[in-house]
Amino acid sequence: MDYKAKTTTGTKGDVVSHDKKQSWFYTDTVKGHFFHPQNFLDEDPDEGAFNAIGKVGSPACGDELRVWMRVDPVTERIMDFKWKTFGCGSAIASTSMTSVMVTEKGGMSLHDARKIKPQDIMARLGGLPARKFHCSVLCDKALRDAINDYYRRSNHVEKIVIESARIIDPVSKVTDKDIEEAVLEGARTLEEVQRKTKAGVGNKDVLPAIEELIRFYREKYFGAD
Amino acid sequence: MREIYLDHAATTPLDPRVLEVMLPYLGNVYGNPSSFHTKGKEAGDAILEAREVVANILGCRSDEIIFTSGGTESDNLAILGYARANASQGKHLVTTVFEHPAVLETIRHLEKKEGFEATYVPVDADGLVDPEAVLSAVREDTILVSVMMANNEIGTVQPIEEIGSLLRKWKMSRLLRDPATGGRKSTPIFHTDACQAAGALPLQIESLHVDMMTLNGPKIYGPKGVGVLYRKRGIKLQPLQFGGAQESGQRVGTENVAGIVGFARALEIAQEEMKKENERQTQLRDELISRVLKTIPKTRLNGHPTKRLPNNVNISFMDLEGEALLLYLDAEGIYASTGSACTSASLDPSHVILALGVPFEVAHGSMRFSLGRSTTYEDIDRVMDVLPSLVEKLRAISPVRVDEKYWKN
Repeated sequence: MDYKAKTTTGTKGDVVSHDKKQSWFYTDTVKGHFFHPQNFLDEDPDEGAFNAIGKVGSPACGDELRVWMRVDPVTERIMDFKWKTFGCGSAIASTSMTSVMVTEKGGMSLHDARKIKPQDIMARLGGLPARKFHCSVLCDKALRDAINDYYRRSNHVEKIVIESARIIDPVSKVTDKDIEEAVLEGARTLEEVQRKTKAGVGNKDVLPAIEELIRFYREKYFGAD
Repeated sequence: MREIYLDHAATTPLDPRVLEVMLPYLGNVYGNPSSFHTKGKEAGDAILEAREVVANILGCRSDEIIFTSGGTESDNLAILGYARANASQGKHLVTTVFEHPAVLETIRHLEKKEGFEATYVPVDADGLVDPEAVLSAVREDTILVSVMMANNEIGTVQPIEEIGSLLRKWKMSRLLRDPATGGRKSTPIFHTDACQAAGALPLQIESLHVDMMTLNGPKIYGPKGVGVLYRKRGIKLQPLQFGGAQESGQRVGTENVAGIVGFARALEIAQEEMKKENERQTQLRDELISRVLKTIPKTRLNGHPTKRLPNNVNISFMDLEGEALLLYLDAEGIYASTGSACTSASLDPSHVILALGVPFEVAHGSMRFSLGRSTTYEDIDRVMDVLPSLVEKLRAISPVRVDEKYWKN
């Protein structure tokens, strides 16, 4: 990891509406997607309409996201992308935005879709409050889960990419990379890392492992206490 | 768009009658109450009078009233101040699992950093504390018991009088059993955080059997930045700050004169209007509760149906997340509050709702509507006009289905 790179955080504080007259917690784009979510699945999925599904999170950590995807087997482009989420305003908006990003302009190729980062989604949303960024932008993870599912179902096992990061908390799907990034962005204690990542919130069993990693990365980047 | 403010448990608007009595102290009467001249004495007299008013309402002596910057400071002063000054008597504290963070985190700090031990008494599924359970948590080395009078999230009213009198009996029996130790010891003393209760419940110290009590201005249509700690005479506190002699040296620093004057007036009005407002708000509360539970499927009331503050409605809407519902309501001009993790700075769901023994999803989907003096039947109608469809909309995009044992009666 390039730890000299500029860190990415959410927008400082809350966001002001475009007319600057009234502040709101989210940007106008977020608001638009929140009040009018795009591409959500409003009825039970029709078997055969989709050829891949993905899932991330659990209600215990506050957000659960499921996605249904239809990929064109010839072009490997995403033709349809539907979702359901149990989550806050920015979870709904960022998922809605991702669904637009992967289906617009004739559909994104799986190759490109795999490269979508939370930062890209946030950029399209015009920013998110800092404390919301890490915990609520989950759709890139669900998307990669669905891409792997597509390759599994279409017998292209060689194209499945196992995330190089190690999943530390299977419930929130927080990886060692997420924890590393949180430490680099200034989180020093378990509470601070949880504030950024939700690791171990609702899954207390993994707390010792998380604390060990925090110590490891603190020593790696900032020296022993 | 008409605004409907249903977040009175967070804070109340300043009563114009309170503002009126405060204004001179934000203007002409600017003296320092400690100054030895006419300008200072004007301000000093105002505090004296305010202290009398508060003492009268509580039925205590005026020197037992300490003005602070608010509920959080009063709780901190009561707990840190007492524990630190009386650590030689014992290092054990008793409280409940669902106190306000101003109490919980203060006690956790004492546990973590200052060598104290604490017992957290659980609450039942209705959000009530069992007085016997509090008593059985008390040990020989317990110096302080702190139980809130009414919960800030679910509004349940706790049996403070009963807990207070049980503690008194316990101390009495120790005195009879062992006059030597019993005569020397005054512990444990009993503190209650009455911030939420102050507008709705009687506050006479004598019948509550409390030794310390926290009150807060902005919950009773008073100004922000002012609160009270009632502290029974003879109770020793270690101050949290130093550098003056104000408030008998227990809480030093130049007084918030306008705030103190406003607090006294706000408490006066709250006590005068209590009976009328309690009756009115109880009807509105029950109307809102029954209409939500009847018209919107998969909902549950959090907290006891009747042993709750007249203004508190706390309902979990299954399968959805509270912040999203809060923001949809906000767009309709309806202001409420949620126990969801997403709106809290810690990203943890409400410890109060979890204490009732329900899973995370139920806490994430909880909404608190706290009514106030301005709330009318029309407001309830308006909420019921928009709420069902907003809930339906969020449920449509949610993949979660909460187990029916948590919402089916």
